[in-house]
Amino acid sequence: MTLTIWINLIYLLAAIAFIVALKGLSSPKQARNGNLLAAGAAVIAVGATFFNPEAHFSHHTTNLILAIVAMVLGAVIAVPVARLVKMTAMPQLVAIFNGVGGGAAALISIVVFLSDAHLHDLGAPKPATYAIVEAMLGLLIGCVSFSGSAIAFIKLQELITGRPITYAGQQVINGLVGLGIVGLAVATVLTDSVPLMIGTAILSLVLGVIFVLPIGGADVPVLISLLNAFTGLAVAASGFTLNNNLLIIAGTLVGASGILLTRMMSKAMGRSLSNVLFSAFGSVVTAAGGADGTGETRQVKSGTPEDIGVLLAYARKVVIIPGYGLAVAQAQHTLRELADLLMEKGVEVFYAIHPVAGRMPGHMNVLLAEANVPYDELKEMDEANPEMSTADVALVVGANDTVNPAAKNTPGSPIYGMPIINADEAANVVFLKRSMRPGFAGIDNDLLFDEKTTLLFGDAKDTLSKLVAGVQEA
Amino acid sequence: MSGNTTGILEFLTIFVLAVFVGNEVVSRVPSILHTPLMSGSNAIHGIVLVGAMIVMGTASGAAQMVLGFLAVLLATLNIVGGFTVTDRMLEMFKAKPGENQARAKGADTEGGAK
Repeated sequence: MTLTIWINLIYLLAAIAFIVALKGLSSPKQARNGNLLAAGAAVIAVGATFFNPEAHFSHHTTNLILAIVAMVLGAVIAVPVARLVKMTAMPQLVAIFNGVGGGAAALISIVVFLSDAHLHDLGAPKPATYAIVEAMLGLLIGCVSFSGSAIAFIKLQELITGRPITYAGQQVINGLVGLGIVGLAVATVLTDSVPLMIGTAILSLVLGVIFVLPIGGADVPVLISLLNAFTGLAVAASGFTLNNNLLIIAGTLVGASGILLTRMMSKAMGRSLSNVLFSAFGSVVTAAGGADGTGETRQVKSGTPEDIGVLLAYARKVVIIPGYGLAVAQAQHTLRELADLLMEKGVEVFYAIHPVAGRMPGHMNVLLAEANVPYDELKEMDEANPEMSTADVALVVGANDTVNPAAKNTPGSPIYGMPIINADEAANVVFLKRSMRPGFAGIDNDLLFDEKTTLLFGDAKDTLSKLVAGVQEA
Repeated sequence: MSGNTTGILEFLTIFVLAVFVGNEVVSRVPSILHTPLMSGSNAIHGIVLVGAMIVMGTASGAAQMVLGFLAVLLATLNIVGGFTVTDRMLEMFKAKPGENQARAKGADTEGGAK
């Protein structure tokens, strides 16, 4: 009995550590310590669980050995993957680590469901119906999070198209599957039937897939954030099932903060969350492009690295607007070299960061931090926009949608209303682009055809090093 | 603990309070830290490992053993991978403005001295 109290105290301390860690993440200086604190607390909580009487490890040696094997195996896989994956692939990695967490929560529910003993032995006794409802919630949310994250991973990894995948009657089908799950879940609770439970699990996995398919392009990060919140709630449900306060607190913290974060992210794109989730953003692209009618025939002006080098070297103020193309080309170090060179020449340089630049909010900040770009040279969109009209050159590196004036000027455009960085207000605009291919959202950008715009085609790393040479010669 | 519904109410109370704490804690996070925050909270829900261990410990029969084993494996991937990748991201945020360059230069000269 006293052992149980000690272990629950350790769980309480771990829960406090998680709250402090999340708070620490609100400041760049404390963020890393916060994360280490949470990790340390997790290690202690997991260690204490070996002695938790509810786990019965002292009586079940085989189970103990299997648990240790699974943990060692998991750690051996996870550490190298997390260490070695490129910074650009970070969103996929978060998606996959999130998905397996949801999968674990779902599996916990299944095991609890299969073993009648759990319904009576664990923690406070309660009516069986409540226990089954809690287990079903964990199963349902966990399965949706698992399969949804898997599809998000596949999309970000570009194993299938990143664009929204739509078909006729999509929302009706999703709604029917959702209703089917509710029906099956209720039937499971009433009958305590294993086949019905498995049916609910399978249908929930299907829902995860079809829910994610129509969400594409720039909306995938918002989706990952939402799925992260889902997994949090699934973990909280597991906590209810197992009467474990630590799981309830940690899961709920992530669920609540994740939903708030998701809403902040949709707000940064000027849209509501339901619009992001259900409007199949990007599917109207062809219609919007066709309405313009001029897309194919318009001329763009492309320049040489030397021309642009001169333009940059003799500017007073240059604003660099980086996008995902920069990250793909791994060109953040070369970009910094160019910026440093311009600053040596007395040019005022800063980076204007759109909230959804890259593929997750703050993704671009992480990438530029990797290249040791100091904070004070990074300006958030709201801070940068008032300065755009005084800039001589807006240098857009691998970005497109985040500077597309259609968001301000074309009410029919799918991105209409999204806040953008006003690159069009600068005296000159230089685009470093791989090709004329539209951005992640798949929308034509009128700014490319503007007469003050010069384009330099090629891989960002390559064109940036040519620009460095161009500026040196100028 | 006794009584059927009191237990449930206790957990519900904790749940509701945690919702408010969760909202409060992230409301002041600057957007530059959104990615590490998402990743960090992703790691925190990896504590589902504690739950996976509890069901693994009590599992009996082949089906429950296999599923419990998988639950522990997946949860470990979540918690270990989550904290590792978050740390890697935050490693880059360690220096204040200007310190970065100073530190890089310092490292260079140290390297040269050796």
